[in-house]
Amino acid sequence: MIDLIKTKPVAMILIFFGAVACTDPEIPEIINQEEVITTILVRLTPENGGETAVLSYRDLDGNGPNAPVLETDQLQANTEYSGEIVLLNETLNPAEIVTEEVAEEGTDHQFFYATTAAMNLQYADADENGNPIGILFNLQTGNPSSGSLTIVLRHEPNKLAEGVQNGEIENAGGETDLSVTFGITVE
Amino acid sequence: MQKIFIGLLFLWSCMIFGQKCQNSFTGKIIDYHDNSALAGATIILIGSEKALMSDLDGKFSIEGLCDGNYKLQISHPECLTRIVSISVNGDTSKEIYLEHHIVELEKVVIREKAHKNSLESLAESNLSSEEIARHSAGSLGDALKEISGVSALNTGNTISKPIIQGLHGSRILIMNHGVRMESQEWGAEHAPNVDINSANAISVIKGAAALQYGGDAIGGMIKMMPKSIAKTDSLYGKTLFTAATNGRGTSTTTSLTKSYKNGWYATVQGTLKRFGDFETPDYILSNTGFGEKDASIRAGFDTYLHGLEVFYSYYHTELGILSASHLGGIEDQLRALNSDRPLIVRDFTYAIDAPKQEVTHQLAKVSYFKRFKDFGKLSLQYDFQKNHRLEFDRRRNSNENSRAAIDLLLNTHNFSADMKFDNHSSLEGKAGFNARFQENSSDPDTGVKRLIPDYTKTDFGVYAMTSYAFSPNFTIEAGGRYDYSYLNAYKYYQKSLWENRDYDKLFPEFIVEDFETQLLAHPTFTFHAFSGTAGLHYDFSENWELLANYSLASRIPNPSELFSEGLHHSAARIEIGDLRFEKEIANKFSVNLQKKSSKFRFSLNAYVNNIKNFIVLEPVEIQQTIRGSFQVWEYRQTNAQMLGLDFDASLKIMENLRFENRFSIVKGNDRSFDKALINMPPAYLVNGLHYSNEGLGNLEISLESKTVFEQNEYPDNRFTVFVPTTQTTERVDLSTPPAAYHLLNFRIGTDLFKTKDYKTRINLSVQNVLDRSYRDYLNRQRYYADNLGRNFTLQLTFKY
Repeated sequence: MIDLIKTKPVAMILIFFGAVACTDPEIPEIINQEEVITTILVRLTPENGGETAVLSYRDLDGNGPNAPVLETDQLQANTEYSGEIVLLNETLNPAEIVTEEVAEEGTDHQFFYATTAAMNLQYADADENGNPIGILFNLQTGNPSSGSLTIVLRHEPNKLAEGVQNGEIENAGGETDLSVTFGITVE
Repeated sequence: MQKIFIGLLFLWSCMIFGQKCQNSFTGKIIDYHDNSALAGATIILIGSEKALMSDLDGKFSIEGLCDGNYKLQISHPECLTRIVSISVNGDTSKEIYLEHHIVELEKVVIREKAHKNSLESLAESNLSSEEIARHSAGSLGDALKEISGVSALNTGNTISKPIIQGLHGSRILIMNHGVRMESQEWGAEHAPNVDINSANAISVIKGAAALQYGGDAIGGMIKMMPKSIAKTDSLYGKTLFTAATNGRGTSTTTSLTKSYKNGWYATVQGTLKRFGDFETPDYILSNTGFGEKDASIRAGFDTYLHGLEVFYSYYHTELGILSASHLGGIEDQLRALNSDRPLIVRDFTYAIDAPKQEVTHQLAKVSYFKRFKDFGKLSLQYDFQKNHRLEFDRRRNSNENSRAAIDLLLNTHNFSADMKFDNHSSLEGKAGFNARFQENSSDPDTGVKRLIPDYTKTDFGVYAMTSYAFSPNFTIEAGGRYDYSYLNAYKYYQKSLWENRDYDKLFPEFIVEDFETQLLAHPTFTFHAFSGTAGLHYDFSENWELLANYSLASRIPNPSELFSEGLHHSAARIEIGDLRFEKEIANKFSVNLQKKSSKFRFSLNAYVNNIKNFIVLEPVEIQQTIRGSFQVWEYRQTNAQMLGLDFDASLKIMENLRFENRFSIVKGNDRSFDKALINMPPAYLVNGLHYSNEGLGNLEISLESKTVFEQNEYPDNRFTVFVPTTQTTERVDLSTPPAAYHLLNFRIGTDLFKTKDYKTRINLSVQNVLDRSYRDYLNRQRYYADNLGRNFTLQLTFKY
């Protein structure tokens, strides 16, 4: 009923499938995650000279299971610091400085600070519309205390909403690109 | 076989004509289920050469008949062929009812198997071309909700994945024009890439028993079938234009068919849809518009003894994802949950921005069949599918939003051969095999780590099925299938994850190269899967039927279950797969009791589905990342059980008025942990009144009420999280299902204009008449926004 002429193409197709089945797929190109932020460095330089304090948070495996590494220097009481935030993507070599991109897209980004220690932070930069970005800021410490400092970066916040220009996050909206909390000691 | 017999009768036809007879017989073919007229049915006067087709109103007439008895053979693509006895006494007319797949003659029952691809022991539920037309502007998933036991997993209103008796995704097989769809169906936000308008009928098989197409359809199967084309010289077409207020868009679909008496035919079909932002009763759902462009061409010939068909279809869609559902961690999620309206509501627009999806699916097939006398029918098919999926995320630099974050290309080749043995009247058999080769690759230019790895997959399957009719009232069937699968993948793993999951000890042989933070792994898997089915069909008294079926199905884990590793923005969570997974094995037993009469009919389907190694995705912990806290969801395997009941009934209250009722309930249990399964469809109840009057231009009015109950069985995955900006601890509830809701839908339609070959009809429908605000448990965006508000739809149908 089913002669050889009919079965031959079937056999050929099977051989074809057998052959492709044994070949390995091509090795895909490695992708280094571009959008990722692995590291935040907060440099605090005392206005009146002295040693720069650094707060750092490093999570090299991004969304991976390894916990981040945090290092914080102590701050001096009743001192005015000028602060700068540096964001890095250290999965790339050389590391990408993400803050440059944030500055370029300044109108779409804003940092917010929240602290429980005795200190006060003020924006020290502005985007092209004159609204704060928060890469640069001034930090005034009070009497010795300890607590936390949380730094949040929002993408596409509503900078014109009430209180946002003063650094109040409640009405800012937008999407969280970064949210990091440091333990702070002021001596 | 029956057709050969009828062919022989043709030869004798010349002997019958002797007398002078001038009577006419006028008939009307009507769909038994919804009383709609069936156009395009082929009517053959047995014993003569007369063959004709029913017109758009289902009518036909035969002239020159004598007084006496005749037999008509009536066939229609969606229905089983039926032989009807008529007695002509002067000019006579009669209404003839045809039914989907089960034939009922006046007193005589003949079960015709030629049109029945599937099974005796498992009931099929169908959507007719009228029901499909009603959902012309929508999606397959939403249309199928008209069938009891079928619900949909939605992401907003445009992405809709069918759920059959509690199961969805890779557990459901979709056959489109005889081709098994391969379109990244593992993703919860990946809707089937099919144009609903390309099908003339859609049937749902709530089980894995259709072994011909695969042994892994644990949830069931959806078959989209084209119109079968009559062997007449004819040119006809149909155009549907739909405009809707919600989404402020339109959909146009048109098809044109040319057929010849010698069996050649060709059909072209196309669809265009464009919708803007949809709306709830209170606000606009920003960035939820969509567009669709589809085209298909089908050509071939069918001479009964052999036939060839070529089919090509192109499907392209662009879908916006609700802006407010794109979140950067638990703090954002909390803000979204605590707000009673979406965090982003903008003015209406047709523009679609990131986040969005753009998918192109192309399908081509060549199929051939040949019948062998006294033996059976051999079918051969080669098909090729190319699925290109692009997903766009909001990027840090908004100028980069037009650069896709996911860019996947999936090519699938498939060859199948099937032999059907139908020369014996009570014993029928089917056997065949298929070989499939699949290649998934991704474009590294996305700059985003791959969601699923590049892989190749080779499958080979063989099956055999048989059915035996002890008597015209009692049939049993059984079948078995074996599948071999070989999966060959390359994946870059985050080194920390590889070690954290002990893969370094379990799968050291997979490692190819070490790239400091990433590892290149080469996982390969071989799976052997067995599936089988056994069942019976018993007509135990007039109009009563009992169907019982057992099926064993095995499904191998899909790429996302095996390999997922990373952040899922639209769900604000990290999802992790597991290389150790074994195949899912389901044992399902279902019983169907049905009664069919024109006054009252019902169908009651009860089932139990025990699934070993059932793969679920569940939250396990909170992880701190530089973006704040994220929930980690891990896939795990468990033993699950699904128990359910689907009920359908239709009662003729009086002439022209029917009452219809549908009820479904399913309970899903995680037996290993003795708790409810996540995302199980809540029970629902639909009641409808349908009025139809042929005398008033086929006027149809229907009012439907749908109640969806609150899902009170769900796993409680609520958790608390510390929010540093406010120094508070907050409770995050992503588990509690939304409240029950009730919707009213209304529809009215009438013929506007009609001649013998031309017909125009207008339909107006209103969904959510009361403009209720509600949220649905099976909508993944229920945390952020309400479902759609009232929608007026105007539809014009042109048949020519």
